[in-house]
Amino acid sequence: MTITKADISNMISNELGLSKKDTVKIVDLFFGEISTILQKGEDVKLSGFGNFVLTDKKPRPGRNPRTSELVMIDARRVVTFKASKKLKMRIKIYAGRKPQHIRNYNTK
Amino acid sequence: MTKTGLVNSITEKQKYLDHSDIDIACNLILKYIGDSLIKKDRIEIRGFGSFAVHHHKAKVGRNPKTGESVDLDEKFVPFFRPGKKLKQMVNDK
Repeated sequence: MTITKADISNMISNELGLSKKDTVKIVDLFFGEISTILQKGEDVKLSGFGNFVLTDKKPRPGRNPRTSELVMIDARRVVTFKASKKLKMRIKIYAGRKPQHIRNYNTK
Repeated sequence: MTKTGLVNSITEKQKYLDHSDIDIACNLILKYIGDSLIKKDRIEIRGFGSFAVHHHKAKVGRNPKTGESVDLDEKFVPFFRPGKKLKQMVNDK
């Protein structure tokens, strides 16, 4: 299943009893602010979840895989996500199993 | 910036909810993403990116220092792929 922003807003609305209008705004601001901070060149560290880290890539020669033409790949800045130990551990332990004990959220 | 800084700046950008509500909401978002990943659900946020769990098959690896072979079990790892808009924002010069 794919989870979208609408599911997240509905979940918060059900959990906290806030209006959907408010929770849509919170979810937009949440991802929007993380993006803005990254745009300013600052990493975002969310304890227990993971870090969004900026990495500067050097220019390098590459090839167009279809035409095998040599093209230069420019220097660029990219975002990488480094999941926290806790998140990695939880996924390692539980993702292979049937998730009976994981809480179901109401996203209607 | 850490979670506290993020909560502060979200609080400043709207006037309906106070700091503690925003803090609870942010933690809830992160918890929900984590719990969904455990169920191997994919989370897609348009423009920002998507979170998914990748499956790594069992394989024979090597200890790079000694060259000794080690059996590695199959495993599931979290993965984030940045969206088009976020990629552009970050790389904007």
